[in-house]
Amino acid sequence: MVAVKHTTLGGKAFRAVLWVAFALFFLFPLYAMADFSTRNLLAGGRTMAAWQNLVADDALYQSIVISLLLAVFTVVAMLLLLVPTMIWVRLRTPWAKGTVEFLCLLPLTIPALVIVVGLRNVYLWVTYFLGESALTLTFVYVVLVLPFAYRAIDAALSSIDLQTLAEAARSLGAGWPTTILRVVVPNIWSGILSAAFISIAVVLGEFTIASLSGFQTLQVQIVQIGKTDGPTSVAASLAVLLFGFVLLLLLSLLTRSRRRAPALEAAAPIPTGVPE
Amino acid sequence: MTTGVAVELNDLTRVYGTVKALDGFSLHIEPGELVALLGPSGCGKTTALRILAGLDEATSGTVSVGGRDVSNVPANKRDMGMVFQAYSLFPHLTVLDNVAFGLKMCGKPKSERTSRAVDMLDLVGLSAHKHKYASELSGGQQQRVALARALAIQPRVLLLDEPLSALDAKVRAQLRDEIRRVQLEVGTTTLFVTHDQEEALAVADRVGVMSQGKLEQLAAPADLYANPATPFVAEFVGLNNKVPGEVSGGRARLLGTSVPALEGSVAGAGLAMVRPESVTIAADPAGTSTISSVAFLGPISRVYATLQDGSVISAQMASSQAKAFSPGDPVTVGVEPTGVLVVSD
Repeated sequence: MVAVKHTTLGGKAFRAVLWVAFALFFLFPLYAMADFSTRNLLAGGRTMAAWQNLVADDALYQSIVISLLLAVFTVVAMLLLLVPTMIWVRLRTPWAKGTVEFLCLLPLTIPALVIVVGLRNVYLWVTYFLGESALTLTFVYVVLVLPFAYRAIDAALSSIDLQTLAEAARSLGAGWPTTILRVVVPNIWSGILSAAFISIAVVLGEFTIASLSGFQTLQVQIVQIGKTDGPTSVAASLAVLLFGFVLLLLLSLLTRSRRRAPALEAAAPIPTGVPE
Repeated sequence: MTTGVAVELNDLTRVYGTVKALDGFSLHIEPGELVALLGPSGCGKTTALRILAGLDEATSGTVSVGGRDVSNVPANKRDMGMVFQAYSLFPHLTVLDNVAFGLKMCGKPKSERTSRAVDMLDLVGLSAHKHKYASELSGGQQQRVALARALAIQPRVLLLDEPLSALDAKVRAQLRDEIRRVQLEVGTTTLFVTHDQEEALAVADRVGVMSQGKLEQLAAPADLYANPATPFVAEFVGLNNKVPGEVSGGRARLLGTSVPALEGSVAGAGLAMVRPESVTIAADPAGTSTISSVAFLGPISRVYATLQDGSVISAQMASSQAKAFSPGDPVTVGVEPTGVLVVSD
């Protein structure tokens, strides 16, 4: 008993040390950013001017709104495109799975600069039809987040017996939209949330394409402001980081509350393929 | 509770690439009848069921239910309840919501859904578990809920696709009897697909034996067992000894006995398919056969005897009777005067 207690105590101490080490490693830069963004560089002391600039500076505020809208539009477009496609491919055209996976992962292998050059001609038409709004970046960002979103949704779909669930729903009178929305989506919810939050993180962190295309997103503004107003630029960066942390926290809480071990995972896997 | 309808599968063919899963398959199910499709893996039984459910399309042929052609009706409009081989309860819903799901799709009001779902759960003895999730139930309980869910919509046809194959032997036997009880109670026309002959013989009004996409024989269980129409059925259903025999004038002569030859037997010399329970073994110091081994199977035993020509024959008898035999004992082997099928050797 004593030996067990010692091991437990030792384990707890080791865990505590690890926690402190990791906390210092990750939190110290954030503390430094918070410190710098609240420092009054001219008169000394503390000021919240840099943080007030996030809403007071019109250009910066506009870029925050644009980036947030881009994140929302990208997530919605990505989910509308990817979720039904992936479900359909798994159920009806499994032979196309390899091609879809290849296409979705392709953006990872193409440098942002090449994408910008390649898209220039396409965007002539996009701006012709939709105007020169920065929100047209949604199209590029949907492509950009595909590899990450595909992986998250694919993992969620692999963890359920999609074919049996869909067939059970259909045999009970559900049409395809109902089957997808009421049966499949609730069971891949954690994957959808992961895909959404990863996409938001990618969009809020993207600089190259927006900058080279001449659109004023938050990241582009942060770089520009950084040249003249260091504290405001750092305050904006810290705000984005904190926003990301909050999203991850939400993801963790939401998936935990919905996490119920699916019966299908507990059951012995039954091979699918050509029926008897 | 429900009035059964007739089901007609006419000349169904299903081709997957180069594989013909169904080859001119036809089946008629009477209203309220439970028909079991039995056959080895890959014989086409699941394909036939899936085509009836609307989950697969036949390459050719028609499906009619209650006299109406439903070949082009999608699965969600066919009004058929289905229990799958894999556990198919929706993991995000409680047992009650699972059973009520189909009723919700039909647009039934919530009070009616709940009351009907509870009735169905009572029918399968699981109303105490109505607020649990699928992951909190055993495999047998999940399949019983799946049965309740399939019956809740009062389907015109109930389809059971090897619903017991993922369960252990004891639960399987219990649930098998429960399925039959519930089916008789609700009177729904039912198609039960299985590869387990004991299961098929125990629950079905009629059993259809399939091989290579075709129906070999469709008959009542006792009839199928006693009078197999083809060598495949004789071989697949029950155990058989293959004993040299000679057919003439409708009778087969084997092991020194003359017994009736079943329809479909070859004329002249062939191999008689003799069930172990039709083989008689009697202790005889002057006998030309000897006991080779005795296998104890609980209430019954299987006694193996080596014949004069060196071939081995098995006989099934009560264990109390089999106790009298030991390896090396001289015996006389005979056949009871039941019909046998004689096939060409």
